[in-house]
Amino acid sequence: MYRMNRMKAVYFAWVRERIGKSDEEIDPPEYVTTVGELIGWLAARGEEYAYAFEKPSVIRTAIDRKHVRHDAKFAGAREVAFFPPMTGG
Amino acid sequence: MATVRIQSEDFDAAAEAAALTADRKDVGAVVTFTGLCRDEAGRLATLELEHYPGMAEEEIERVAAEAEKRWPLMGVTAIHRYGKIEPGGNIVLVVTASAHRQAAFEAAEFLMDFLKTRAPFWKKEHNRDGTSGEWVSAKDADDAAADRWLQGNK
Repeated sequence: MYRMNRMKAVYFAWVRERIGKSDEEIDPPEYVTTVGELIGWLAARGEEYAYAFEKPSVIRTAIDRKHVRHDAKFAGAREVAFFPPMTGG
Repeated sequence: MATVRIQSEDFDAAAEAAALTADRKDVGAVVTFTGLCRDEAGRLATLELEHYPGMAEEEIERVAAEAEKRWPLMGVTAIHRYGKIEPGGNIVLVVTASAHRQAAFEAAEFLMDFLKTRAPFWKKEHNRDGTSGEWVSAKDADDAAADRWLQGNK
């Protein structure tokens, strides 16, 4: 079956710990088009997701390994990443 | 073209600096910055660094390419470690080479400022008392340090 929105979601640091997995295949419905909307859709999937995404504004996002803002559209993306603000260096 | 490496192994700052100037006589300034793991007044046993494989390297390459556009650099090396690092151990290395010191100093600072806020790495603390510690929080001061390069102050 052809699914336009099928993609890999990847999670890091405490987002990964709260959800309990590092990555998964997701298939959001057609009305979900931006990364911010994707956060809202994921948050409704269960308690662990609601906990990970309880403060959507702190979540950083990347599409195909490039930083994007929450208003970015993910159509055509292979991989969407969700993670806390970075603390490297 | 910058050299960027993401690795769990340690690095040798002196060897990396020497590699940038080997066989050339036009380099007048090399700046080497090493970021190390603090023991946080004896509390910390190890620091665990998680990263986003692939994106970590690509993001640092993007920052290095921007530095090479802004300053006349003759060489850039950036190395970031991941995995468990003990207090006193190396975390990150930035080496910049240029004809004059100002470009080398400024580019090294620019690289570190953006590496801290844009490279996908996260630190988790493990304490000596056995408690699994907290994920380190991002600092507003780090965002401010990166932002000042965008405001035309430099």
